[in-house]
Amino acid sequence: MSQQQELSGSHAGGSISNENIEANMVNDILMAGDKSKGQRPYFFDDPAVERVLNIAMAIATEVAVIRERVDTIERLLEQKDILKQSEIESFVPSEEEAEERQLWHTRYTARIMRIVQQELDAIVKPENNQPMRQIADDINQM
Amino acid sequence: MPYQLPPVWTKLHQHAVFPEFNHDERARYNFLANLNRFISTVIAPGNKIAFDKRVEPLFLKENKRTFQDRFELGELMKKDPLYQMWAALRRSTMEMRQQNGRAVVLRQAASLAKKVAQQLKETNNLELKENFSVPPYLTHVDNHLMPGSYHTEYFKGDVANAANYDSGLFVTSGGMLGSLTDGGGRAIARWMKDKYPNFKPHKILDIGCGIGHNTLPIAEMYPDAEVVAIDAGAPMLRYGAARATALGIKNVKFIQLDAATMTEFKDEEFDWVQTTMFLHETGGKAIHKIFNEIGRVTKQGGVNLHIEQPQYTADMSMFEQFMRDWDAYYNAEPYWGHMHDLAPENLMNESGVDKKNFIQVGVKAINDLDKKKIDGKVTEDYGRSPIWNVFGGWKPPRP
Repeated sequence: MSQQQELSGSHAGGSISNENIEANMVNDILMAGDKSKGQRPYFFDDPAVERVLNIAMAIATEVAVIRERVDTIERLLEQKDILKQSEIESFVPSEEEAEERQLWHTRYTARIMRIVQQELDAIVKPENNQPMRQIADDINQM
Repeated sequence: MPYQLPPVWTKLHQHAVFPEFNHDERARYNFLANLNRFISTVIAPGNKIAFDKRVEPLFLKENKRTFQDRFELGELMKKDPLYQMWAALRRSTMEMRQQNGRAVVLRQAASLAKKVAQQLKETNNLELKENFSVPPYLTHVDNHLMPGSYHTEYFKGDVANAANYDSGLFVTSGGMLGSLTDGGGRAIARWMKDKYPNFKPHKILDIGCGIGHNTLPIAEMYPDAEVVAIDAGAPMLRYGAARATALGIKNVKFIQLDAATMTEFKDEEFDWVQTTMFLHETGGKAIHKIFNEIGRVTKQGGVNLHIEQPQYTADMSMFEQFMRDWDAYYNAEPYWGHMHDLAPENLMNESGVDKKNFIQVGVKAINDLDKKKIDGKVTEDYGRSPIWNVFGGWKPPRP
Protein backbone atom coordinates (compact mmCIF):
# COMPACT_ATOMS: atom_id res chain seq x y z
CA MET A 1 0.00 0.00 0.00
CA SER A 2 1.44 3.36 -0.96
CA GLN A 3 1.98 6.15 1.52
CA GLN A 4 -0.78 8.14 -0.14
CA GLN A 5 -3.38 5.41 0.36
CA GLU A 6 -2.14 4.83 3.87
CA LEU A 7 -2.88 8.42 4.83
CA SER A 8 -6.26 8.51 3.19
CA GLY A 9 -7.44 5.70 5.43
CA SER A 10 -10.75 4.19 4.44
CA HIS A 11 -10.60 5.83 1.07
CA ALA A 12 -8.58 2.83 0.05
CA GLY A 13 -11.69 0.73 0.65
CA GLY A 14 -14.53 3.08 1.40
CA SER A 15 -15.79 6.39 0.24
CA ILE A 16 -13.70 7.19 -2.80
CA SER A 17 -13.21 3.80 -4.34
CA ASN A 18 -15.72 1.03 -3.93
CA GLU A 19 -13.04 -1.60 -4.25
CA ASN A 20 -12.98 -3.86 -1.23
CA ILE A 21 -9.76 -4.31 0.70
CA GLU A 22 -8.71 -7.42 2.53
CA ALA A 23 -9.77 -7.66 6.17
CA ASN A 24 -6.13 -7.61 7.23
CA MET A 25 -5.51 -4.36 5.33
CA VAL A 26 -7.81 -2.35 7.61
CA ASN A 27 -5.75 0.50 9.03
CA ASP A 28 -7.69 0.97 12.23
CA ILE A 29 -5.57 3.85 13.50
CA LEU A 30 -6.00 6.12 10.48
CA MET A 31 -9.39 4.89 9.35
CA ALA A 32 -10.81 5.62 12.82
CA GLY A 33 -10.19 9.28 12.12
CA ASP A 34 -11.59 9.32 8.59
CA LYS A 35 -13.29 12.54 7.62
CA SER A 36 -16.97 12.27 6.76
CA LYS A 37 -18.31 13.66 3.46
CA GLY A 38 -19.03 17.36 3.24
CA GLN A 39 -17.10 20.45 4.27
CA ARG A 40 -16.45 20.71 8.00
CA PRO A 41 -18.12 23.73 9.62
CA TYR A 42 -16.08 26.03 11.87
CA PHE A 43 -18.20 27.91 14.36
CA PHE A 44 -15.68 30.33 15.81
CA ASP A 45 -14.63 33.43 13.90
CA ASP A 46 -11.10 32.05 13.83
CA PRO A 47 -10.85 28.35 12.87
CA ALA A 48 -7.62 28.14 14.87
CA VAL A 49 -9.64 28.45 18.07
CA GLU A 50 -11.76 25.49 17.03
CA ARG A 51 -8.71 23.45 16.15
CA VAL A 52 -7.27 24.00 19.62
CA LEU A 53 -10.63 23.33 21.28
CA ASN A 54 -10.89 19.98 19.51
CA ILE A 55 -7.43 18.94 20.61
CA ALA A 56 -8.20 20.06 24.17
CA MET A 57 -11.46 18.06 24.21
CA ALA A 58 -9.63 14.95 23.02
CA ILE A 59 -7.10 15.39 25.82
CA ALA A 60 -9.94 15.96 28.29
CA THR A 61 -11.34 12.61 27.19
CA GLU A 62 -8.04 10.89 27.82
CA VAL A 63 -7.73 12.46 31.28
CA ALA A 64 -11.15 11.00 32.10
CA VAL A 65 -9.98 7.62 30.80
CA ILE A 66 -6.88 7.71 33.02
CA ARG A 67 -9.02 8.77 35.99
CA GLU A 68 -11.32 5.81 35.46
CA ARG A 69 -8.35 3.49 35.11
CA VAL A 70 -6.79 4.74 38.36
CA ASP A 71 -10.16 4.26 40.02
CA THR A 72 -10.25 0.67 38.77
CA ILE A 73 -6.76 0.05 40.14
CA GLU A 74 -7.66 1.50 43.54
CA ARG A 75 -10.78 -0.60 43.80
CA LEU A 76 -8.94 -3.77 42.78
CA LEU A 77 -6.23 -3.06 45.35
CA GLU A 78 -8.93 -2.66 47.95
CA GLN A 79 -10.64 -5.90 46.90
CA LYS A 80 -7.31 -7.69 47.26
CA ASP A 81 -6.76 -6.15 50.69
CA ILE A 82 -3.63 -4.35 49.55
CA LEU A 83 -4.79 -0.87 50.44
CA LYS A 84 -8.03 0.91 51.20
CA GLN A 85 -9.31 3.85 49.20
CA SER A 86 -9.85 5.58 52.53
CA GLU A 87 -6.09 5.36 53.09
CA ILE A 88 -5.63 7.30 49.86
CA GLU A 89 -8.15 9.90 50.93
CA SER A 90 -6.55 10.35 54.32
CA PHE A 91 -2.96 10.13 53.10
CA VAL A 92 -0.85 12.94 54.50
CA PRO A 93 2.59 13.21 52.92
CA SER A 94 5.63 13.96 55.02
CA GLU A 95 7.00 17.45 54.69
CA GLU A 96 9.65 16.26 52.27
CA GLU A 97 7.16 14.29 50.20
CA ALA A 98 4.79 17.25 50.11
CA GLU A 99 7.62 19.45 48.89
CA GLU A 100 8.46 17.00 46.10
CA ARG A 101 4.87 16.97 45.01
CA GLN A 102 4.62 20.74 45.03
CA LEU A 103 7.71 20.83 42.88
CA TRP A 104 6.10 18.42 40.44
CA HIS A 105 2.99 20.57 40.24
CA THR A 106 5.05 23.65 39.56
CA ARG A 107 7.12 22.01 36.83
CA TYR A 108 3.94 20.67 35.30
CA THR A 109 2.26 24.08 35.40
CA ALA A 110 5.32 25.69 33.85
CA ARG A 111 5.24 23.23 30.96
CA ILE A 112 1.59 23.98 30.30
CA MET A 113 2.09 27.75 30.62
CA ARG A 114 5.20 27.91 28.44
CA ILE A 115 3.68 29.89 25.59
CA VAL A 116 2.19 32.49 27.91
CA GLN A 117 5.46 32.86 29.79
CA GLN A 118 7.35 33.34 26.56
CA GLU A 119 4.90 35.90 25.21
CA LEU A 120 5.43 37.87 28.42
CA ASP A 121 9.18 37.54 28.01
CA ALA A 122 8.86 39.03 24.53
CA ILE A 123 7.24 42.16 25.95
CA VAL A 124 9.77 42.47 28.75
CA LYS A 125 12.82 42.05 26.53
CA PRO A 126 12.04 43.54 23.12
CA GLU A 127 15.73 43.43 22.23
CA ASN A 128 15.47 39.64 22.20
CA ASN A 129 12.36 39.70 20.12
CA GLN A 130 13.52 40.85 16.67
CA PRO A 131 11.87 39.21 13.66
CA MET A 132 13.98 36.27 12.50
CA ARG A 133 14.26 37.79 9.02
CA GLN A 134 15.86 40.82 10.65
CA ILE A 135 18.21 38.59 12.64
CA ALA A 136 19.09 36.73 9.46
CA ASP A 137 19.97 39.99 7.73
CA ASP A 138 21.93 41.06 10.82
CA ILE A 139 23.88 37.82 10.89
CA ASN A 140 24.55 38.16 7.22
CA GLN A 141 26.47 41.30 8.11
CA MET A 142 28.43 39.62 10.90
CA MET B 1 -34.05 18.54 40.92
CA PRO B 2 -30.65 16.84 41.38
CA TYR B 3 -28.51 16.44 38.28
CA GLN B 4 -29.57 13.37 36.31
CA LEU B 5 -26.62 11.10 35.55
CA PRO B 6 -26.59 9.12 32.33
CA PRO B 7 -26.45 5.33 32.73
CA VAL B 8 -23.00 3.78 32.43
CA TRP B 9 -22.17 2.39 29.03
CA THR B 10 -21.79 -1.17 30.37
CA LYS B 11 -25.57 -1.24 30.88
CA LEU B 12 -25.87 -1.78 27.14
CA HIS B 13 -26.91 -5.34 26.41
CA GLN B 14 -23.82 -7.15 25.14
CA HIS B 15 -25.32 -9.71 22.75
CA ALA B 16 -23.31 -12.36 20.93
CA VAL B 17 -22.23 -10.16 18.00
CA PHE B 18 -21.62 -7.01 20.00
CA PRO B 19 -18.07 -5.63 19.61
CA GLU B 20 -15.63 -6.17 22.47
CA PHE B 21 -14.58 -3.08 24.39
CA ASN B 22 -11.52 -2.88 26.62
CA HIS B 23 -11.37 -0.91 29.86
CA ASP B 24 -10.28 2.39 28.37
CA GLU B 25 -12.67 2.17 25.43
CA ARG B 26 -15.55 1.78 27.87
CA ALA B 27 -14.24 4.71 29.94
CA ARG B 28 -14.00 6.85 26.80
CA TYR B 29 -17.68 6.23 26.03
CA ASN B 30 -18.65 6.88 29.64
CA PHE B 31 -16.93 10.24 29.46
CA LEU B 32 -18.45 11.14 26.09
CA ALA B 33 -21.96 10.18 27.23
CA ASN B 34 -21.53 12.39 30.28
CA LEU B 35 -20.11 15.19 28.19
CA ASN B 36 -23.05 14.97 25.79
CA ARG B 37 -25.52 14.95 28.67
CA PHE B 38 -23.86 18.04 30.12
CA ILE B 39 -23.76 19.87 26.81
CA SER B 40 -27.39 19.07 26.03
CA THR B 41 -28.84 19.82 29.46
CA VAL B 42 -26.65 22.66 30.70
CA ILE B 43 -25.08 24.43 27.73
CA ALA B 44 -27.71 23.95 24.98
CA PRO B 45 -30.48 25.77 26.90
CA GLY B 46 -28.13 28.77 26.94
CA ASN B 47 -28.84 29.28 23.24
CA LYS B 48 -32.41 30.34 24.00
CA ILE B 49 -31.20 32.64 26.75
CA ALA B 50 -28.62 34.24 24.47
CA PHE B 51 -31.27 34.60 21.76
CA ASP B 52 -33.84 36.17 24.08
CA LYS B 53 -31.44 38.40 25.93
CA ARG B 54 -29.11 39.70 23.26
CA VAL B 55 -29.60 38.37 19.73
CA GLU B 56 -33.26 39.20 19.20
CA PRO B 57 -33.34 42.50 21.17
CA LEU B 58 -30.42 43.83 19.15
CA PHE B 59 -32.05 42.86 15.86
CA LEU B 60 -35.39 44.40 16.82
CA LYS B 61 -33.69 47.60 17.87
CA GLU B 62 -31.71 47.93 14.68
CA ASN B 63 -34.34 46.76 12.20
CA LYS B 64 -37.68 47.63 13.79
CA ARG B 65 -39.07 44.33 12.56
CA THR B 66 -38.83 40.65 13.39
CA PHE B 67 -36.87 38.02 11.46
CA GLN B 68 -38.08 37.00 8.01
CA ASP B 69 -37.27 33.33 8.44
CA ARG B 70 -35.03 30.88 10.31
CA PHE B 71 -32.18 31.60 7.92
CA GLU B 72 -32.04 35.32 8.68
CA LEU B 73 -32.30 34.53 12.39
CA GLY B 74 -29.55 31.95 12.00
CA GLU B 75 -27.09 34.38 10.46
CA LEU B 76 -27.20 36.41 13.69
CA MET B 77 -27.23 33.45 16.05
CA LYS B 78 -24.09 32.17 14.36
CA LYS B 79 -22.29 35.29 15.57
CA ASP B 80 -23.26 34.71 19.20
CA PRO B 81 -20.33 33.46 21.32
CA LEU B 82 -22.46 31.10 23.40
CA TYR B 83 -23.94 29.53 20.28
CA GLN B 84 -20.47 29.23 18.74
CA MET B 85 -19.12 27.42 21.78
CA TRP B 86 -22.11 25.09 22.03
CA ALA B 87 -22.03 24.28 18.32
CA ALA B 88 -18.26 23.70 18.31
CA LEU B 89 -18.57 21.35 21.29
CA ARG B 90 -21.51 19.48 19.81
CA ARG B 91 -19.66 18.92 16.57
CA SER B 92 -16.52 17.94 18.44
CA THR B 93 -18.23 15.29 20.59
CA MET B 94 -19.88 13.84 17.50
CA GLU B 95 -16.55 13.53 15.73
CA MET B 96 -14.94 12.04 18.85
CA ARG B 97 -17.76 9.55 19.20
CA GLN B 98 -17.20 8.44 15.61
CA GLN B 99 -13.43 8.25 15.86
CA ASN B 100 -13.49 6.36 19.17
CA GLY B 101 -16.22 4.00 18.00
CA ARG B 102 -14.42 3.30 14.75
CA ALA B 103 -11.18 2.64 16.59
CA VAL B 104 -12.96 -0.09 18.56
CA VAL B 105 -14.71 -1.84 15.68
CA LEU B 106 -11.98 -1.48 13.06
CA ARG B 107 -9.34 -3.13 15.22
CA GLN B 108 -11.61 -6.19 15.49
CA ALA B 109 -13.31 -5.87 12.09
CA ALA B 110 -12.18 -9.30 10.90
CA SER B 111 -13.33 -11.12 14.04
CA LEU B 112 -16.65 -9.25 14.08
CA ALA B 113 -17.30 -10.36 10.51
CA LYS B 114 -16.54 -13.95 11.53
CA LYS B 115 -18.83 -13.82 14.57
CA VAL B 116 -21.65 -12.49 12.43
CA ALA B 117 -21.11 -15.11 9.72
CA GLN B 118 -21.15 -17.82 12.38
CA GLN B 119 -24.42 -16.53 13.80
CA LEU B 120 -25.97 -16.35 10.34
CA LYS B 121 -25.11 -19.96 9.55
CA GLU B 122 -27.82 -21.07 11.92
CA THR B 123 -30.62 -19.00 10.39
CA ASN B 124 -32.19 -17.98 7.15
CA ASN B 125 -33.19 -14.41 8.02
CA LEU B 126 -31.00 -12.42 5.63
CA GLU B 127 -31.32 -11.67 1.93
CA LEU B 128 -28.62 -9.52 0.32
CA LYS B 129 -28.72 -8.64 -3.36
CA GLU B 130 -25.93 -9.07 -5.88
CA ASN B 131 -25.08 -5.76 -7.60
CA PHE B 132 -27.47 -3.80 -5.43
CA SER B 133 -27.52 -0.13 -6.31
CA VAL B 134 -27.43 2.05 -3.17
CA PRO B 135 -29.74 5.09 -3.58
CA PRO B 136 -27.71 8.22 -4.40
CA TYR B 137 -29.09 10.18 -1.42
CA LEU B 138 -27.25 7.69 0.79
CA THR B 139 -23.93 7.65 -1.04
CA HIS B 140 -23.90 11.45 -1.28
CA VAL B 141 -23.43 12.03 2.44
CA ASP B 142 -22.10 10.22 5.52
CA ASN B 143 -25.16 10.42 7.77
CA HIS B 144 -24.38 11.43 11.37
CA LEU B 145 -20.76 12.02 10.37
CA MET B 146 -20.24 8.27 10.22
CA PRO B 147 -17.55 7.83 7.56
CA GLY B 148 -18.75 5.32 4.99
CA SER B 149 -22.32 5.67 6.25
CA TYR B 150 -24.60 2.63 6.28
CA HIS B 151 -23.58 1.03 3.02
CA THR B 152 -19.78 0.89 2.97
CA GLU B 153 -18.22 -2.53 3.31
CA TYR B 154 -14.49 -2.33 3.84
CA PHE B 155 -14.08 -5.98 2.91
CA LYS B 156 -16.30 -8.94 2.08
CA GLY B 157 -18.63 -9.71 4.98
CA ASP B 158 -17.68 -6.53 6.86
CA VAL B 159 -20.01 -5.18 9.57
CA ALA B 160 -17.74 -2.54 11.16
CA ASN B 161 -20.00 0.48 10.61
CA ALA B 162 -23.05 -1.41 11.87
CA ALA B 163 -21.25 -2.51 15.03
CA ASN B 164 -20.09 1.06 15.54
CA TYR B 165 -23.68 2.27 15.18
CA ASP B 166 -24.99 -0.33 17.64
CA SER B 167 -22.43 0.34 20.34
CA GLY B 168 -22.19 4.11 19.96
CA LEU B 169 -25.71 5.51 19.59
CA PHE B 170 -25.77 5.29 23.39
CA VAL B 171 -23.13 8.00 23.51
CA THR B 172 -24.93 10.44 21.22
CA SER B 173 -28.19 10.03 23.10
CA GLY B 174 -26.55 10.12 26.53
CA GLY B 175 -28.01 6.67 27.24
CA MET B 176 -31.62 7.77 26.74
CA LEU B 177 -32.61 4.99 24.31
CA GLY B 178 -32.28 1.96 26.56
CA SER B 179 -30.07 -1.11 26.85
CA LEU B 180 -30.76 -2.18 23.27
CA THR B 181 -30.97 1.35 21.86
CA ASP B 182 -34.55 0.50 21.01
CA GLY B 183 -36.52 3.17 22.91
CA GLY B 184 -38.26 4.32 19.72
CA GLY B 185 -39.35 0.85 18.63
CA ARG B 186 -40.56 -0.01 22.11
CA ALA B 187 -42.55 3.20 22.26
CA ILE B 188 -44.34 2.63 18.96
CA ALA B 189 -45.05 -1.05 19.68
CA ARG B 190 -46.51 -0.17 23.10
CA TRP B 191 -48.54 2.69 21.64
CA MET B 192 -50.04 0.48 18.94
CA LYS B 193 -50.89 -2.32 21.37
CA ASP B 194 -52.54 0.09 23.83
CA LYS B 195 -54.34 2.21 21.29
CA TYR B 196 -55.49 -0.56 18.94
CA PRO B 197 -55.70 -3.72 21.08
CA ASN B 198 -57.75 -5.54 18.43
CA PHE B 199 -55.27 -4.94 15.63
CA LYS B 200 -53.69 -8.29 14.70
CA PRO B 201 -51.20 -7.66 11.89
CA HIS B 202 -50.08 -10.71 9.89
CA LYS B 203 -47.34 -8.98 7.96
CA ILE B 204 -45.37 -5.94 9.08
CA LEU B 205 -42.82 -4.02 6.99
CA ASP B 206 -40.13 -1.86 8.60
CA ILE B 207 -38.45 0.42 6.06
CA GLY B 208 -34.92 1.74 6.64
CA CYS B 209 -34.45 -0.67 9.52
CA GLY B 210 -30.68 -0.21 9.91
CA ILE B 211 -29.53 -2.82 12.42
CA GLY B 212 -33.17 -3.55 13.25
CA HIS B 213 -32.91 -2.04 16.73
CA ASN B 214 -36.36 -0.49 16.45
CA THR B 215 -37.78 -3.42 14.45
CA LEU B 216 -37.23 -6.07 17.10
CA PRO B 217 -39.53 -4.54 19.77
CA ILE B 218 -42.36 -4.60 17.22
CA ALA B 219 -41.59 -8.22 16.32
CA GLU B 220 -41.57 -9.08 20.02
CA MET B 221 -44.87 -7.33 20.66
CA TYR B 222 -46.43 -9.19 17.72
CA PRO B 223 -44.76 -12.62 17.86
CA ASP B 224 -47.30 -14.15 15.45
CA ALA B 225 -46.62 -11.55 12.78
CA GLU B 226 -44.17 -12.04 9.94
CA VAL B 227 -41.90 -8.98 10.01
CA VAL B 228 -39.87 -7.86 7.01
CA ALA B 229 -37.11 -5.30 7.65
CA ILE B 230 -35.57 -3.60 4.64
CA ASP B 231 -32.56 -1.33 4.26
CA ALA B 232 -30.05 -0.36 1.59
CA GLY B 233 -26.93 -0.98 3.69
CA ALA B 234 -25.56 -4.52 3.49
CA PRO B 235 -23.36 -4.25 6.63
CA MET B 236 -26.37 -3.02 8.64
CA LEU B 237 -28.62 -5.86 7.44
CA ARG B 238 -25.96 -8.50 7.94
CA TYR B 239 -25.25 -7.33 11.47
CA GLY B 240 -28.95 -6.75 12.16
CA ALA B 241 -29.88 -10.30 11.13
CA ALA B 242 -27.12 -11.76 13.30
CA ARG B 243 -28.11 -9.47 16.19
CA ALA B 244 -31.76 -10.56 15.93
CA THR B 245 -30.65 -14.20 16.00
CA ALA B 246 -28.39 -13.55 18.97
CA LEU B 247 -31.33 -11.97 20.77
CA GLY B 248 -33.60 -14.90 19.95
CA ILE B 249 -35.99 -13.03 17.66
CA LYS B 250 -37.11 -15.38 14.92
CA ASN B 251 -39.95 -13.57 13.12
CA VAL B 252 -37.93 -10.91 11.30
CA LYS B 253 -36.42 -11.26 7.85
CA PHE B 254 -33.82 -8.68 6.76
CA ILE B 255 -33.86 -7.87 3.03
CA GLN B 256 -31.69 -5.48 1.03
CA LEU B 257 -34.07 -3.27 -0.89
CA ASP B 258 -34.56 0.28 -2.11
CA ALA B 259 -37.77 1.62 -0.53
CA ALA B 260 -38.58 3.55 -3.71
CA THR B 261 -38.84 0.35 -5.79
CA MET B 262 -40.16 -2.48 -3.66
CA THR B 263 -41.23 -4.44 -6.73
CA GLU B 264 -40.76 -7.79 -5.05
CA PHE B 265 -43.66 -7.03 -2.71
CA LYS B 266 -47.19 -7.55 -3.94
CA ASP B 267 -49.84 -4.85 -3.78
CA GLU B 268 -51.43 -4.77 -0.34
CA GLU B 269 -48.98 -7.25 1.12
CA PHE B 270 -48.60 -5.61 4.56
CA ASP B 271 -50.99 -4.81 7.38
CA TRP B 272 -48.57 -2.35 8.91
CA VAL B 273 -45.75 -0.36 7.30
CA GLN B 274 -43.39 1.40 9.70
CA THR B 275 -40.50 3.85 9.35
CA THR B 276 -38.49 5.05 12.34
CA MET B 277 -36.21 8.07 12.01
CA PHE B 278 -35.80 7.15 8.37
CA LEU B 279 -37.60 9.73 6.23
CA HIS B 280 -35.17 12.55 7.02
CA GLU B 281 -32.37 10.40 5.63
CA THR B 282 -34.00 10.01 2.22
CA GLY B 283 -34.14 12.58 -0.59
CA GLY B 284 -36.48 15.21 -2.01
CA LYS B 285 -37.64 13.08 -4.94
CA ALA B 286 -37.23 9.67 -3.37
CA ILE B 287 -39.52 10.45 -0.46
CA HIS B 288 -42.53 10.78 -2.77
CA LYS B 289 -41.72 7.53 -4.58
CA ILE B 290 -41.37 5.87 -1.18
CA PHE B 291 -44.78 7.09 -0.01
CA ASN B 292 -46.35 5.88 -3.24
CA GLU B 293 -44.77 2.48 -2.71
CA ILE B 294 -45.89 2.44 0.93
CA GLY B 295 -49.42 3.14 -0.27
CA ARG B 296 -49.21 0.31 -2.79
CA VAL B 297 -47.95 -2.34 -0.39
CA THR B 298 -50.24 -1.39 2.53
CA LYS B 299 -53.45 -3.40 2.77
CA GLN B 300 -56.80 -1.64 2.68
CA GLY B 301 -57.65 -1.23 6.33
CA GLY B 302 -53.94 -1.38 7.12
CA VAL B 303 -51.79 1.30 8.68
CA ASN B 304 -48.55 3.11 8.09
CA LEU B 305 -46.69 5.02 10.78
CA HIS B 306 -43.63 7.23 10.75
CA ILE B 307 -41.53 8.23 13.76
CA GLU B 308 -39.81 11.53 13.08
CA GLN B 309 -38.83 14.75 14.71
CA PRO B 310 -41.58 17.39 14.65
CA GLN B 311 -42.31 19.08 11.32
CA TYR B 312 -41.54 22.79 11.03
CA THR B 313 -44.95 24.36 11.16
CA ALA B 314 -46.05 27.98 11.46
CA ASP B 315 -46.55 27.56 15.20
CA MET B 316 -42.96 26.39 15.72
CA SER B 317 -40.82 29.42 16.54
CA MET B 318 -38.17 30.45 14.03
CA PHE B 319 -35.61 30.04 16.77
CA GLU B 320 -36.59 26.42 17.30
CA GLN B 321 -36.59 25.79 13.54
CA PHE B 322 -33.09 27.21 13.33
CA MET B 323 -31.88 25.09 16.25
CA ARG B 324 -33.44 21.96 14.80
CA ASP B 325 -31.67 22.62 11.51
CA TRP B 326 -28.36 22.13 13.30
CA ASP B 327 -28.29 18.40 12.72
CA ALA B 328 -29.18 18.89 9.08
CA TYR B 329 -26.13 20.96 8.31
CA TYR B 330 -23.65 20.09 11.02
CA ASN B 331 -24.43 16.47 11.81
CA ALA B 332 -24.64 15.55 8.13
CA GLU B 333 -28.35 14.86 7.83
CA PRO B 334 -28.88 17.43 5.10
CA TYR B 335 -32.40 16.40 4.07
CA TRP B 336 -33.62 16.94 7.65
CA GLY B 337 -34.49 20.62 7.16
CA HIS B 338 -36.30 20.21 3.84
CA MET B 339 -38.09 17.09 5.03
CA HIS B 340 -39.44 18.86 8.08
CA ASP B 341 -40.81 21.63 5.87
CA LEU B 342 -43.16 19.11 4.19
CA ALA B 343 -46.72 18.69 5.41
CA PRO B 344 -47.15 15.13 6.70
CA GLU B 345 -50.81 15.13 5.67
CA ASN B 346 -49.71 15.54 2.07
CA LEU B 347 -47.19 12.73 2.33
CA MET B 348 -49.84 10.49 3.82
CA ASN B 349 -52.17 11.40 1.01
CA GLU B 350 -49.57 9.99 -1.37
CA SER B 351 -49.73 6.70 0.50
CA GLY B 352 -53.51 6.59 0.18
CA VAL B 353 -54.49 7.95 3.59
CA ASP B 354 -56.93 10.83 3.49
CA LYS B 355 -57.11 13.66 6.00
CA LYS B 356 -59.83 12.13 8.14
CA ASN B 357 -57.75 9.01 8.75
CA PHE B 358 -54.59 10.95 9.48
CA ILE B 359 -52.94 10.39 12.88
CA GLN B 360 -50.37 12.59 14.60
CA VAL B 361 -49.18 11.95 18.16
CA GLY B 362 -46.12 12.50 20.32
CA VAL B 363 -44.29 9.53 21.84
CA LYS B 364 -41.42 9.31 24.29
CA ALA B 365 -38.74 6.63 24.26
CA ILE B 366 -39.34 3.69 26.56
CA ASN B 367 -35.97 3.45 28.30
CA ASP B 368 -35.34 0.44 30.51
CA LEU B 369 -32.22 2.15 31.87
CA ASP B 370 -34.16 5.07 33.28
CA LYS B 371 -34.13 4.00 36.91
CA LYS B 372 -36.34 6.79 38.11
CA LYS B 373 -38.87 6.27 35.31
CA ILE B 374 -39.10 10.00 34.87
CA ASP B 375 -41.92 10.61 32.44
CA GLY B 376 -42.04 14.33 33.00
CA LYS B 377 -39.60 16.95 31.90
CA VAL B 378 -37.00 16.21 29.27
CA THR B 379 -34.68 19.08 28.41
CA GLU B 380 -35.31 20.17 24.83
CA ASP B 381 -32.24 19.29 22.81
CA TYR B 382 -33.47 20.24 19.35
CA GLY B 383 -33.55 16.95 17.54
CA ARG B 384 -31.68 14.80 20.06
CA SER B 385 -34.28 14.41 22.81
CA PRO B 386 -35.90 10.96 22.92
CA ILE B 387 -39.34 12.40 22.25
CA TRP B 388 -40.77 12.16 18.78
CA ASN B 389 -43.58 13.03 16.50
CA VAL B 390 -45.44 10.07 15.02
CA PHE B 391 -47.56 10.61 11.97
CA GLY B 392 -49.41 8.14 9.84
CA GLY B 393 -52.84 6.78 9.25
CA TRP B 394 -55.15 3.97 8.32
CA LYS B 395 -55.92 3.20 4.74
CA PRO B 396 -59.70 3.00 4.37
CA PRO B 397 -60.94 -0.60 4.53
CA ARG B 398 -62.20 -2.37 1.43
CA PRO B 399 -65.66 -0.98 0.72
